[in-house]
Amino acid sequence: MIGPHPDDFGPDPAAPLPDLPGHSSRGRLERVLRRGEFAVTAELNPPDSADPDEVYQHVKAFEGWVDGINATDGSGAHCHMSSVAICALLTRVGFSVVLQISCRDHNRIAIQGNVLGASALGVANVLCLTGDGVQCGDHPEAKPVFDLDSISLLQTVRRMRDEKQFLSGRKITAPPRLFLGAAENPFAPPYNYRPLRLAKKIAAGAQFIQTQYCFDLPLFERFMARVRDLGLDRKCFILAGVGPLASARTARWMRANVAGVHIPDEIIARLEGAKDQKAEGKAICIEMIQRLRAIQGVAGVHVMAYRQEEFVSEIVHSSGVLEGRTPWRRDFIAPAVPVEQLQAL
Amino acid sequence: MRVPAAFEPAGKPPRTRGRFALRFWSVRHARLLEAIYAGFERGLVRLAPWFGRIGWGRIERPVAAIERIAKGALFDCRMCGACILSSTGMSCPMNCPKNLRNGPCGGVRGNGNCEVYPEMPCVWVEAWNGSRTMRAGDRIGEVQPPVDHRLKGMSSWLRVAREKSLAAGQGAASLAQPRR
Repeated sequence: MIGPHPDDFGPDPAAPLPDLPGHSSRGRLERVLRRGEFAVTAELNPPDSADPDEVYQHVKAFEGWVDGINATDGSGAHCHMSSVAICALLTRVGFSVVLQISCRDHNRIAIQGNVLGASALGVANVLCLTGDGVQCGDHPEAKPVFDLDSISLLQTVRRMRDEKQFLSGRKITAPPRLFLGAAENPFAPPYNYRPLRLAKKIAAGAQFIQTQYCFDLPLFERFMARVRDLGLDRKCFILAGVGPLASARTARWMRANVAGVHIPDEIIARLEGAKDQKAEGKAICIEMIQRLRAIQGVAGVHVMAYRQEEFVSEIVHSSGVLEGRTPWRRDFIAPAVPVEQLQAL
Repeated sequence: MRVPAAFEPAGKPPRTRGRFALRFWSVRHARLLEAIYAGFERGLVRLAPWFGRIGWGRIERPVAAIERIAKGALFDCRMCGACILSSTGMSCPMNCPKNLRNGPCGGVRGNGNCEVYPEMPCVWVEAWNGSRTMRAGDRIGEVQPPVDHRLKGMSSWLRVAREKSLAAGQGAASLAQPRR
């Protein structure tokens, strides 16, 4: 086992890490990526509850296996505990979290306030999303906001961080220190526009990208080839989305009902032909991670194991992408602090 | 009966491929419209001193009414007041149920239709196709700022004419507009 990297520790797990030159955030995810390590992030299933223990229970499955935990913001337009709240609970005990902001539910005033608040609570990573339409959730009668879109949201947060001002131009006294992320779906039309749209996101401030579920490798390889041609893989860290399919039936349901998910027929046929569909789903996911690892320009994977969180550790372990490295865990003890630094504290 | 989405734009049902709509014709003829628009814009900028003499405020309503009718017919224009048609393949992005002005969302269906209205072709799939035929089609790659909702209902023709004539007449430095 490779021990924890000394850069990943601060004087207090609940506080942001000490500054590093060339880093825009004080979080662990950016450090892992900038060190050139293959990063693993995972999506947390948000509880429909006001009990903080449910968040801590869910996160146990990821501890020591992932470099970042995404707290979704009303994914699929369903109501859950808010992303900011989940992030706040997790940063208290030291986890590296990715705050998700969707433009569906907040206007620019609410979003900018949330960004400042989240940063104050120790959040170092933000994923800027457009968000699913309200029609696919449990409140189709709701008023959709969409005041900003994912790209103008990126621009807004970058302006808050780098220019220390709100969209209005008003000054921010202490800017949020954030690592900016965005999503991309290479598996939805117009396919030829997708790499250019990625370039647009990078121009607007995206530093890391988490993609939609990757089940169609040839399509993803074509996308990545174009991305490399444009030199985009050197301007941001691309984390490919993966996830285990529980069964052929689930796969069919997802394909038909979850916006933006593309699952080729071969994958469904392979699941159907298997004796144990659940095990086959995991095997496909592990294989996919290993094949994605081999693609030039892929800096990590983003595991979305909805309602199968307990398998994340097994999948990450079997894929071998961590190469013996163990991401931060609560029981890790920080390396001895030199006396000079102690005096400075 | 079709259950309407919450954000159904008043008075205009989503367009489908099944029935002809001028909006699709406009995208197919994006290059022609681009040329016409460029000429039209030059004309407007030339007329700007006259507009100024009559009073920008006085002509705002009649011009906006003409713009609403013309662009409403051609593009299903929503009068956002900050027109970016020439950067979006002549496909109006305000027809996207999410009002996306910077490109398609991740929910576009495999057949190129909208996530929200399964029967409507995605505004941005259209925009990409339109932009490929245009001379300045690569403007689809420009990052668009958030829309200023105060401009809703106002004429973007007059706004462009005023801003461009100001920029040309007095140099860009004097373009001290109150907005943004």
